[in-house]
Amino acid sequence: MDQAAALEIPHLRHLQEAKMFAIDVGGSLAKIAYFSNVPVKRAHYADNKIVSCSSGRLHFAKFEARQLESCLNFIREQGPPTEIRATGGGSHRRKELIQKALGPQCTIYLEDEMKCIVTGANFLLRNIPHEVFSYEKRDNFKFKPNDTNVFPYLLVNIGSGVSIIKVESETSFERIGGSALGGASFWGLGSLLTGTRDFDELLQLAEEGDHRSVDTLIGDIYGSDYVGLSADTIACSFGKLSRVHATSATNNGGDNNNIRDNVNPADLARSLLLVISNDIGQLASLYALSHNLDRVYFGGYFLRSRPLSMHTLSFAVNFWSKAKVEPLFLRHEGYLGAIGAYLAGDKSAMISDKVSWAENYACSSLAGVPGTAPSHLEMDLFEWPMVSCPLLKHPEKYTADTVDLTKDAPAREYWLDCFENAITKFVEVAVESQKDKIDAEERGQAVREKYLEKIKYLRLNPCVYGSLTVRSLLDMREQCLLEFDFADPYMVQKRTENQLALGELKKRITHLDSIADDVERQTELVIGLLAGNVFDYGAKEVVRLLQEAETKNESFGFERANSLLQKRPWLVDNLDQWLERAKSHVHKCAAIFVDNCGADFVLGVVPFARELVRRGTRVMLCANARPVLNDVTYDELRLLAEQIASICPVWNQALRDGRIKLQDSGQSSPCLDFARIKRQTAEELSLCDLLVIEGMGRAIHTNFNTEFTCDSIRGAVLKNKWLAKRLGGDMFSVVFKFEAKDNVTKE
Amino acid sequence: MLATDSNAQRPPMPWFGMDIGGSLTKVIYFEPTDLDPDESNNEHENLKTIKHYLKSNKAYGKTGKRDAHLEMERCKMGGRVGTLHFIRFPTAEMSAFMALAKSKGIASMATTICATGGGAHLFEEQFREVGKELNLILHKFDELDSLIRGIHYIEACNPVNECYYFKNPMDEDQFEKVPYDFSNPYPYLVVNIGSGVSILAVYSPTEYKRVTGTSLGGGTFLGLCCLLTGCETFEEAIELAEKGDSQKVDKLVKDIYGGDYPKFDLRADTVASSFGNMNCKWRRELTSKEDLARATLATITNNIGSIARMCAINEGITRVVFVGNFLRVNALSMRMLAYAMHFWSKGSLKALFLEHEGYFGAAGCLMELLKSGN
Repeated sequence: MDQAAALEIPHLRHLQEAKMFAIDVGGSLAKIAYFSNVPVKRAHYADNKIVSCSSGRLHFAKFEARQLESCLNFIREQGPPTEIRATGGGSHRRKELIQKALGPQCTIYLEDEMKCIVTGANFLLRNIPHEVFSYEKRDNFKFKPNDTNVFPYLLVNIGSGVSIIKVESETSFERIGGSALGGASFWGLGSLLTGTRDFDELLQLAEEGDHRSVDTLIGDIYGSDYVGLSADTIACSFGKLSRVHATSATNNGGDNNNIRDNVNPADLARSLLLVISNDIGQLASLYALSHNLDRVYFGGYFLRSRPLSMHTLSFAVNFWSKAKVEPLFLRHEGYLGAIGAYLAGDKSAMISDKVSWAENYACSSLAGVPGTAPSHLEMDLFEWPMVSCPLLKHPEKYTADTVDLTKDAPAREYWLDCFENAITKFVEVAVESQKDKIDAEERGQAVREKYLEKIKYLRLNPCVYGSLTVRSLLDMREQCLLEFDFADPYMVQKRTENQLALGELKKRITHLDSIADDVERQTELVIGLLAGNVFDYGAKEVVRLLQEAETKNESFGFERANSLLQKRPWLVDNLDQWLERAKSHVHKCAAIFVDNCGADFVLGVVPFARELVRRGTRVMLCANARPVLNDVTYDELRLLAEQIASICPVWNQALRDGRIKLQDSGQSSPCLDFARIKRQTAEELSLCDLLVIEGMGRAIHTNFNTEFTCDSIRGAVLKNKWLAKRLGGDMFSVVFKFEAKDNVTKE
Repeated sequence: MLATDSNAQRPPMPWFGMDIGGSLTKVIYFEPTDLDPDESNNEHENLKTIKHYLKSNKAYGKTGKRDAHLEMERCKMGGRVGTLHFIRFPTAEMSAFMALAKSKGIASMATTICATGGGAHLFEEQFREVGKELNLILHKFDELDSLIRGIHYIEACNPVNECYYFKNPMDEDQFEKVPYDFSNPYPYLVVNIGSGVSILAVYSPTEYKRVTGTSLGGGTFLGLCCLLTGCETFEEAIELAEKGDSQKVDKLVKDIYGGDYPKFDLRADTVASSFGNMNCKWRRELTSKEDLARATLATITNNIGSIARMCAINEGITRVVFVGNFLRVNALSMRMLAYAMHFWSKGSLKALFLEHEGYFGAAGCLMELLKSGN
């Protein structure tokens, strides 16, 4: 790896605004962590304004330990810190250097290394989606949902040596063992054996080598398999070297200067990597078994997402524990100590019931690329806690995403192409929304470049940010926009659409109320809900139709959308079941996760919700915390609810007496992750016996197959031809999925 | 105790047991000393030749060796009394051994060779080929059965001195080999350190299971030493290691923390990372061949100790018996194991050693042959 690239100043971003520093100095690498209030733009829908404010962000960067001094000098130049939390062996040894570099005003607190590693691991396990993965064969990454029950577990930290730590709770842990055969053994012995001095080069060499020329295999000794050990099992690491020697000794009278010439360095590197990884895996499984632990997480900076090491470790743990212990890896394995040291200083971040964190994909470098250690990681602070939705039937197994693109090559190719092709148009809209700003064009270009670069990496290494999904591609795009100050490209559009739709609301309600037959009215309400969902500015086809109508000077209204819908029976058509259910049952409380502004919400969702209220169901409308595409935000929802109240007395009354409530989901995504819902909202959700999820992002790309503990409706119009085809339908196919809670249907 | 005394069932002499390992082949030869004059006179000429050749030499060919110091007299085997001779040669020299066997006249005798170890399988074809020519019949026996049987047999023949432990193992001047009463050893763990390592839990004379193993064994030590120091033999590698200092090679706790890491009882001179200093140029330049050999020895030995200790804990066993040819002329490793087992288990585990280190498989295999009665 390019050593100069390890400390590029751009990686230490937002230093001027930084407060709270922490550093983890190891034998070869150092990692720094700091918190900054990053300047960001936020949209104010009510005032139709974009305002400047700041947002908390945690930064992590790594560099070579020998660059410690220049890195600290750089930090001091940007603004001398007053205190720093330091951990790792190097912090003890080089405390004076750190003090000198940062200046006398800076207090250095030395933090216990093991404690930092454990705190860091706990933080990642709780906060970072898709942090944890299992790895079996080449490219077989399997990402795990964030488990609410992480304890107890075994943490094996592979640094210079290996520390084996049993973690029982947030605060209680014990170092139960260790091994001197660790990362620095690979490096040191590898240097001696191969002449290669660079750690990453050694790892690369190992990938290229063939250990069978230096290791004695079971097959070499037995000629075949032996008692459950296959012929290619290594019986004796480096066992053939003395044999090479024996042969050369007999052949040329003991002159063995050539032994090294006869052996390929790559083969030695591979043998060494295998023996060390296997040994660590074996010890890990022995310790896990002796303490009755069923999973082991590997941390440290040894693995670096190398397939060979991860495969060997996984295989060893499974083999030696007879699959009783699960080997698990962390995408940010190298940052445990730095994160822990940071948290030791910033107690507020520790308090998980006050805030939450999420990885910023736009600004983080590539964690999980085989062979690429993530050099940079940024996490956004959210000033509210997020918890799992209480309506999930299997919260421990829940993954929001319907399709894992890392496992589905045709889908991956389609969606990467789709997002790649769409970015130019998408950026145009963003630039247009800020045409009064002189740098808008330039920033738009930056968004485009950044996004395309990420797509390029994702094509080569789909697992860089955990599972690759339509959701992660959408979220990454939004984060790129925000990074370059495009806070809400659709703000004006949303206002226009909302005004138009509000203008038609009274007519729509009157029409619906005039339908006397219950079944007929309910049907019309559902169709309305779906017709509204056609208005989605994230959908290429819809944008095309709208532009076409505009150039022809035609109006593209609710009626037109209605006419585009697939005729019944729909692609997924549980309408009859829903009608049946609605006829015999009044739900106590319904939660509706809304999608788009304009007709979708005002003419589709609102009448549907109003009907529920009229029938005696309380309704919670849940919207995003922050803008994304033309989706309704919580702030917009509040404003719209009032505007609707002035149009509809039923709504007005219900809003006043709390039968209609407005909730903030805490998310900023066109999709919906029920594992991370704003806690206050989640608490309210526990009272619901009907869940309505609307739109492609929330009901198809995510949550399509999720099971809930209450009745649920998923409604969406497929505005993507490829996806529709894949699900067996055509453009504008309709999905209306109703599922009754199992035991309720028997009533 | 183990063999029948029915003459009729005994296989014909000479009695050999062979354990063909990944690096070394171990041979046990039983020389009957209870011959009556009649028998003595009638003894086959070739048998005499073999006996004479084996007994009058300590080295055979370039690489064959007899461990005269291990010789055991008045052993009962197959209803006979005799002396056990212990011989070894590199497995790579198997064809030379066969040629020797041929030249010493085994060819003219109908002989059964019993063998265990990986080579018994690997060389089976070769044996059969040569066997046709030499009248040799090969009997294969399970390696782990043979090992356990061999330990019990040899220990029974040598009850006072076979098993021992170390007192003050890390004290250069005070360390002491102390006999250990192995008459009621169950359950115990056997750590057999050959080229690789096998670990077995033994519950009774006949019940045992393989618990685990590791590829980091004696062959790894020798292979790495050859490459790192240019040495040629195991003896040389051990000699180098005895003179070296692994602290120059390893990264110690103090190299990382500048001192002790008291919170976790890690002393300043505890090894944090084996070979951990060798990525550093100036450290490499200060390191001698001897230091590298010592570090290799320490790395392998301590790793085996760790795995053995965890297995003992997981199996609920307190006696750990280390055997195998890695321990030959290698008091250093034995003392390190003795110390490590005691220290890291806070005294609850005991490391035991057996005088006939690597020969149990060969002995057990011969026992199996006599038991099977051919």
